Amino acid sequence: MTLSDALAILAPCIPEGTVCIHANGFIGRAGHAARDRSECFYMIGSMGLGASIGLGIALVQPRRRVLVLDGDGNVLMNLGTLATIAARRPANLLHVCFDNSAHASTGAQPTISDRVRLDEIARAAGYRSVARVETADALAAEAPEFLAREGPAFLLVRIALGPPGPPGPRIPHTPEEMTARLRRALEATS
Amino acid sequence: MSVPADRCVDRLVAAGFDFFVGVPCSLVKTLLAELERRELYLGETREDAALGVAAGAYLAGRLPVVVMQNSGLGVSLNALASLHLLYRIPCLLLVTWRGFAGKDAPEHLVMGEVLPRLLEVFAIPFRAPVADEIEASIDWAAATLRETRRPVALVVRPGLFE
Repeated sequence: MTLSDALAILAPCIPEGTVCIHANGFIGRAGHAARDRSECFYMIGSMGLGASIGLGIALVQPRRRVLVLDGDGNVLMNLGTLATIAARRPANLLHVCFDNSAHASTGAQPTISDRVRLDEIARAAGYRSVARVETADALAAEAPEFLAREGPAFLLVRIALGPPGPPGPRIPHTPEEMTARLRRALEATS
Repeated sequence: MSVPADRCVDRLVAAGFDFFVGVPCSLVKTLLAELERRELYLGETREDAALGVAAGAYLAGRLPVVVMQNSGLGVSLNALASLHLLYRIPCLLLVTWRGFAGKDAPEHLVMGEVLPRLLEVFAIPFRAPVADEIEASIDWAAATLRETRRPVALVVRPGLFE
């Protein structure tokens, strides 16, 4: 199961209205190719901060479901926010980590997530629930259940490296447009 | 002369700021204690993570303040460059000025010396008010970041807060 395979399974299960924060690099490109909505936000920089952005939205709008689509490189870059999320316990925050133990977007350099289990770090930090799936069948069975869980919930999806090259075109929206459309969707007026 | 923390928080709230996140510095300990007392403050682990949370808060409709020591501004530069400035996400940076006038512990001297230039390089408008300028500076910051949708900084000199 590659990143694109995993997103093809997960994306159709995501309920309408769910805010999706995509990590930078291939995750945003594959996520956009799988399903784009105005509640989707794609980081093109600020590596590591997807979960932080998701936390900010989840705290301000507790009735809105927020899903962070992260990768192992991103999670490793900002482990501290796992602790902050676990401490604040936002019930509306869901956190997926697509884990291929590689920085796929920069040439598949290995990360250390083959030896350090990120799901166990989330569990130790104190996420309300933690699950791990390693096959497409297991993801298909887990996805609807995970998306209905009380947060903070963490789902680690083991994936294989895809074919060389990006899994989709660059994000067509400008960063400013993404800010404006998500704020409109969230009825933000500040 | 210094500013009582509660007066400063009152003015921040009156100017529309309604989300406070950061990493502490001793120069703002009374301010942070007042924010904690009012249950307004979220402590983060790193300054760039605090900026990420603040960006989320803005996307969801709040006007955020990020409190940090100037050492943390170094940690924050990529978040500012590739998130806030790129996506036009404003916030008020309340940055303390350790190393001010070269009189401080050695670890603060380099950042203390370059702080104003660093903000200029990133085109972040800032003021470093003395006590009787703080309220006007908060109003200026709120107006400027609303108009530009970019981060604005208030630099906190030693002794500004009681």
